[in-house]
Amino acid sequence: MSLEGWPILSIVTFLPAAGAIWILLSRSFVRGDNPGFDNGVRLIALIVSIATFIASLLAFAGFDANRDGYQLVEIIPWAFGASYHMGVDSLAISLVLLTTFLTPLCILASWSINKQVASYMVLFLLLETLMIGVFCALDIILFYVFFEGSLIPMFILIGVWGGERRVYAAFKFFLYTLLGSLLMLVAIIVMITLADTTSIPQLQAFAFDPNLQIWLWLAFFASFAVKLPMWPVHTWLPDAHVEAPTAGSVVLAAILLKMGGYGFLRFSLPMFPEASHFFTPFMFSLSVIAIVWASLVAFRQTDMKKLIAYSSVAHMGFVTLGIFSGTMQGVQGAIFQMLSHGVISGALFLCVGVVYDRMHTREIAFYGGLVNRMPVYAAIFLLFTMGNVGLPGTSGFPGEILTMVGAFQVNAWFAAIAATGVILSAVYALTLYRRVAFGQITNPKLRDITDLDAREWVTFAPLVIALLVMGIAPSYVLDFTNASAEAVVNAFAGAAP
Amino acid sequence: MIQPVQDLVASLAYARPELALVAYALIAVLIGAWYGEKAYGLISTFAVLTLIGAGVLAVLDEPRAPVELFQGAMVSDGVAVVAKVLIAFAAAATLWIGADHFGRVNDKRFEFPVLAVLAVLGMFVMVSARDLITLYVGVELQSLALYVLAAWRRDDARSSEAGLKYFVLSALSSGLLLFGASFIYGFTGSVRFDSIAGAVGDTGSIGVVFGLVLVLCALGFKMSAAPFHMWTPDVYEGAPTPMTAFFAAAPKVAAVALMARVLYEPFGEMAHQWQQVVAALAAISIVWGSFAALIQTNLKRLMAYSSIGNMGFALMGLASGQTEGASASLIYLALYLPATIGVFALILAMRRDGQPAENVDDLAGMAQRRPWMAALFTMLLFSIAGVPPFAGFMGKLVVFRAALDGGLAWLAILGAIGAVVAAAYYLRLVAAIWFKPAAAALQPASSAVVITATAAAALTFPVLVIALGMIQTWAETAVRGSL
Repeated sequence: MSLEGWPILSIVTFLPAAGAIWILLSRSFVRGDNPGFDNGVRLIALIVSIATFIASLLAFAGFDANRDGYQLVEIIPWAFGASYHMGVDSLAISLVLLTTFLTPLCILASWSINKQVASYMVLFLLLETLMIGVFCALDIILFYVFFEGSLIPMFILIGVWGGERRVYAAFKFFLYTLLGSLLMLVAIIVMITLADTTSIPQLQAFAFDPNLQIWLWLAFFASFAVKLPMWPVHTWLPDAHVEAPTAGSVVLAAILLKMGGYGFLRFSLPMFPEASHFFTPFMFSLSVIAIVWASLVAFRQTDMKKLIAYSSVAHMGFVTLGIFSGTMQGVQGAIFQMLSHGVISGALFLCVGVVYDRMHTREIAFYGGLVNRMPVYAAIFLLFTMGNVGLPGTSGFPGEILTMVGAFQVNAWFAAIAATGVILSAVYALTLYRRVAFGQITNPKLRDITDLDAREWVTFAPLVIALLVMGIAPSYVLDFTNASAEAVVNAFAGAAP
Repeated sequence: MIQPVQDLVASLAYARPELALVAYALIAVLIGAWYGEKAYGLISTFAVLTLIGAGVLAVLDEPRAPVELFQGAMVSDGVAVVAKVLIAFAAAATLWIGADHFGRVNDKRFEFPVLAVLAVLGMFVMVSARDLITLYVGVELQSLALYVLAAWRRDDARSSEAGLKYFVLSALSSGLLLFGASFIYGFTGSVRFDSIAGAVGDTGSIGVVFGLVLVLCALGFKMSAAPFHMWTPDVYEGAPTPMTAFFAAAPKVAAVALMARVLYEPFGEMAHQWQQVVAALAAISIVWGSFAALIQTNLKRLMAYSSIGNMGFALMGLASGQTEGASASLIYLALYLPATIGVFALILAMRRDGQPAENVDDLAGMAQRRPWMAALFTMLLFSIAGVPPFAGFMGKLVVFRAALDGGLAWLAILGAIGAVVAAAYYLRLVAAIWFKPAAAALQPASSAVVITATAAAALTFPVLVIALGMIQTWAETAVRGSL
């Protein structure tokens, strides 16, 4: 089937929004509480998200990884010289696939939500549209609209369906991110005025004055560092992750954080290469601090979600380390790590969600000996824990090793310190696993806990496959993202002092 | 030599919107005096229709080039037309929901529609004023009608207090306006904007600058820009909610359009001298509007501070000192108006015991009881907060760009920080709507408010966002042709 002439990216992006409108319209015909209606809504959301995944596979099929530049481009003029300009390179379409792949799983994992189901699903589908849009937008204003707009559904998702301190977490998440983004907005306007274009490819080709680059770089850094998040502006993340509903945590960790990494790769390095060189030592320092410090903090946590949240901060440290090494291995490793972390951290939050649904607590001390009652769950949890540690054969390994190889070529000391992070991740991840899964059941409340049901099986199976395929045959991914990584590395190397 | 009679006839042809308003007011007063409450429905319906008609007439009459009316006292040009259209539609919407509300609470005094239309007439005169005398007449006609509206509930202490406060402070600002105008007249020898422009050149004498600053203070008062905003929270809170909705929309457009004309026409060449004053007004409004709103618990007070902050953003465009800046301000207002009208419609819709919602907590549980209205409210609030993809964000984008083009990078950064702080209190409202458990049951909302709110939300997204290119062209052509 040929995709010539089809606005396939717009279809992928707005299909979930169309599903949200479908739910809204069907809602107005129903009065009062109606369990059958709620099930229908869940089913609509699932069908729409799977259809989106299939549409994104079609886009993937129409994408040629051997060609440089952006493909599947659509342009419709709009106001201020900006336009509705969509298009993807291999980096973007990988992240789009990650998004469309994880969303149906998130909706499956949200089956147990009983409060205001229709609103939940509407917001979730809108969130998917906005996330896909971030990766597809090739107009800087359009990018900003998607980037910033994704805050709204996430704010409400955390605030309504979250844990005990959900309101605090929702506010912190929103305001923290907004401050970073608005500074970026000011920088964007400056860039538009200077370059007289809003097109991202043209802005990437424009040479900004090196002195001005420093300021623009800092403004973009304010936004992406908060989003990623980097030490020391990560403090919103543990709160938001812990209080969000399970699927919300999955989306936050797996996709929203990747917007930060994507931003560095798409904007900071290609558009401000001189400034990126200038700030490399700074970024390296922040990265290794994040790796070591977040790992140590993770070890001390008593809440399962918080532990995984801090481990995310540490793993994102590897991503920035790889990106700012500016080497082929480093950038490739960072992209791989982003994709792999999407799968692993998403799966780990789902693992926590499984026991949370049954016991309604995330205290590590509450659990113990789950392997006796839930052997399948324990096996899956083990697999993803190993992925989190970076065991060879899982998708966690190639990303970490490549980013360290990349960083080693630039500065051996930073690479050496980062390597301790691998050991530390084993310490906290295995400790968590031992305390939750191994030993005898001591807590009487756990005696009747049941193993995974069919819905949870279906949720985890695709993730396990992704984890192993990416771990055993990383070259599929690496060959695919090669062109994008090369473009970033060339732009960066071209500005070497 | 101008022929007075021919000039009058030619001018009246361009003043059809104003004539329609005058005709309506005179006839409605007669009918109201004769039939009293029985004619309330008729009078209020016709007020809405007249306002819409005036807006349409203003578009139809749009001249290609500025036309002097009444021997140069007024002008019909692009800016006046844009402002009149915005004023007419904003006033029509707020009058409709207001009249509907009063009809429901059985307060059917026909003076409300008549006074509102007279206020709109004053605004029309303001935005097409071409000399200082006409300017003053327009401002006073608007203000006198608004004083009465603020004090609408004579037996209610808060409403009377609001009216009195508004009257006293507004009279003070009118005094400043006259004082400043007399300085300008004294130092330039003319009250006509074009003659003043010829006399001052690019550096005004100290007397002209002094007069201009006084005039700016008075106009800042009328548009409730800080530090001349003191009356706003009290009047918003004290006046009956339909009046507050009316205050919050149309008069802001009139004041900003008038300020644009005063700054750009007679004093356009001395922009470097007034730029800092306007920038300071904008900066103080943004900062004060966002921080002071954080601690408000009364919805209307909160909306008052929100309007102060938003006026700050609108002034950012004017502060740039460039014609693009003036059109940026008008675009900002065009995108801001639907959201603020929609918010007030929803406040009127949240009725318990016949009274609209008063406090932020009254919104609790809206998402469970009225999911549709909660969704609309959320959209409108995020639009005012300037979060994409809503129209309010596009407005912020335009004024930020104008400020940066005008060399006011500090103001743009301050605006960005102010927007974050402001977002915090809009989020409080969103949190009340979504996160809090449902409060006492609500009375059913009337179709007028539901239609207005739905239309306003549809305008903030996606209608105005898609049509942004058109709006931009419209405003820019208007400004370029006239200022």
